[in-house]
Amino acid sequence: MALAVAAALGLSHAAAAQTQDELRTLREQVRQLDKRVTEAEQAAIQASSRPTGENAMNPAVSVILNGIYSNLSQDRNGFRINGFTPTLGDVGPGKRGLSLGESELALAANIDHNFRGTLIASISPEDGIGVEEGYIQTLALSYGFTIKAGRFFSGVGYQNQIHAHAWDFTDAPLANKVFLGNQLNEDGIQLKWVAPTSFYWDVGVEAGRGRQFPAGPAGGRNKNGVSSGNVFTHVGGDFGTGTAWQTGVSYLSTSPQDRTFDDPAGTSNSFTGQSRLWVLDGILKWAPNFNPTYTNFKLQGEYFRRRENGDLTFDATGAAQTGGFTSTQSGFYLQGVYQFVPMWRVGYRYDKLNSGATDFSAPLNAANFPILARYNPTKHTVMVDWSPSEFSRIRLQAASDKSRSDVTDHQVYLQYIVSLGAHGAHKF
Amino acid sequence: MKTILRFVVALSSAVIALPATAALNVFACEPEWAALAQELGGDRVSVYSATTALQDPHRIEARPSLIARVRSADLLICSGSELEIGWIPLLLTQSGNPRIQLGSPGYFEASQQVARLEIPKAIDRALGDIHPGGNPHVHTDPRNIARIAPVLMERMAQLDPANAESYRSRGKSFLERWQAAIARWEQQAVPLKGVPVVVYHKDFSYFINWTGMREAGSLEPKPGIPPTPSHLAELIDQMKRAPAKVIVYSPYNSPQAAEFLSSRANIPAVMVPFTVGGTDKAKDLFGLFDDTLARLLVAVK
Repeated sequence: MALAVAAALGLSHAAAAQTQDELRTLREQVRQLDKRVTEAEQAAIQASSRPTGENAMNPAVSVILNGIYSNLSQDRNGFRINGFTPTLGDVGPGKRGLSLGESELALAANIDHNFRGTLIASISPEDGIGVEEGYIQTLALSYGFTIKAGRFFSGVGYQNQIHAHAWDFTDAPLANKVFLGNQLNEDGIQLKWVAPTSFYWDVGVEAGRGRQFPAGPAGGRNKNGVSSGNVFTHVGGDFGTGTAWQTGVSYLSTSPQDRTFDDPAGTSNSFTGQSRLWVLDGILKWAPNFNPTYTNFKLQGEYFRRRENGDLTFDATGAAQTGGFTSTQSGFYLQGVYQFVPMWRVGYRYDKLNSGATDFSAPLNAANFPILARYNPTKHTVMVDWSPSEFSRIRLQAASDKSRSDVTDHQVYLQYIVSLGAHGAHKF
Repeated sequence: MKTILRFVVALSSAVIALPATAALNVFACEPEWAALAQELGGDRVSVYSATTALQDPHRIEARPSLIARVRSADLLICSGSELEIGWIPLLLTQSGNPRIQLGSPGYFEASQQVARLEIPKAIDRALGDIHPGGNPHVHTDPRNIARIAPVLMERMAQLDPANAESYRSRGKSFLERWQAAIARWEQQAVPLKGVPVVVYHKDFSYFINWTGMREAGSLEPKPGIPPTPSHLAELIDQMKRAPAKVIVYSPYNSPQAAEFLSSRANIPAVMVPFTVGGTDKAKDLFGLFDDTLARLLVAVK
């Protein structure tokens, strides 16, 4: 542009001057001008192409806030899931009335060319700060291998790895509550391999300390070795031009030692033995042409089966009695979530647990463990949520919860979940 | 246990026995970069496009099939400038592939090679889904393609030295044809100069800048926020005072809002291909601009 103007000016001047010298000077001026314009353009490109790393050198920071109004027809203090060993996890229906949920503070960045680090702290509304996840992850291993070390959500099943703020319902499925104490985050190490196939296939192993249920709520065993092991594999791919799927199986094996639980009847019990959990999970996501902006549908389900055998100690009077204990229990949930117009989604979830067969050997007898008495809890949950942007969501959920053998808890939740700061990326 | 082992061994040998693929495996985030890599690579590359013209590149699920593709990619080409921030970081960390991580030669952000428009002066989520690095949809200006192609060509030559000469000669031939096409398109685009246009999303800014059109408004009230009735009502009012001559939207946008405004304000709404594959005629990069201009010229006549 500048060149054209200068050239036009130069030409008219040259015609008037009619001398070779002046023409040469003008040509030189045009050349200089052209050079300056090119340099300025280059400088502009340089300036605008400054690498946009994650906030220069600061880690990407994000905060999740959530608040909830709960209306529960039953007293939460009497909450239990009949037929199943209490996990001492955060499985209850929460406080009645208005309350602040757990806030989350996440920091993540590449540490160097080899590692990436993530810290996710949960700040409970009452007291202190907990480490929800804090791990390093390799970036530069070849052949599809990734190693993760630290504290992380175990790759057992599907929903367990997903942060609560990204769940499609306010609370975890009953099966996750009884088999994984709501959500299992393990201190340990995970090795994962992604196969060089055209469809998705991964295989992974985890070794952990067993700091939480099912290995034990006592903070893990006091030993040098591994107390919790998990192996998993997933396959996934696309059907046509709108449906993506993934299915997986995982096997979590732990050896709880003195895993205590209090029976609501007033006794204190502890279990030592083997706990083996199989989880089969599947997820299907549909969106026309894989464009989920307008409408999309998500179907998700998991089946859990656990076998525990070992010794159970029963202490009602101060005189402890120990006997053999074996149980085989199972449960599943199936949920569907449909976005029918932009921003609005509806969902339904069905939960069912089967307390299965429980055997006690002498001197124990079933009457000593009322909470383990045979009962199959069920729950129906419906929800509708509105997400005006990718960063905010307001959800109304209603449930009919038959976790307790004697009463049905009608639960209504109104909840907001928002995220501030760095743009999070959510797992499939 | 033995059966499981046998199964694993069988599967592994099936994997190892996969046929040797082309020299360079390219994973393109968007169809325009897949098309460019194909132009430069010819039969020396195997190109996979993660998205189609019917998908909004801002909102893509990190599907298992995409992780599998990134796992075996030698070169990842994305628009960058945070366009793919909701899905690419996950694909990178999940893939276990060091060749295409940020900072590796196999990681290529096209928008970093050109001057970006609309670098925000204020960065705040209240302004919508803005990109701190500037507008990432750089491919809608063909001159940007001409700037990106030589850099990409050299990158491909670096990653696959055995075929370097092929990439360079194909690149040279492409650029010659491309420059000639730009000259032709600029002639054709003369009637678009100064024409006021309503866009759906700010994904045509570079095209508008190139042709000298004038952006008169957008159907989205804020970037990334879907059109709302109140915003559309405002636009209709605005069109009464200062009418635009055309409304454009992309194949991945729902046509409803554009058609609504079109009927109320009596302004033609045109779906332009936006990227390769967006319309039947936009089969490659040349077709993309041929068809975009043809559709706009008919509408503003």
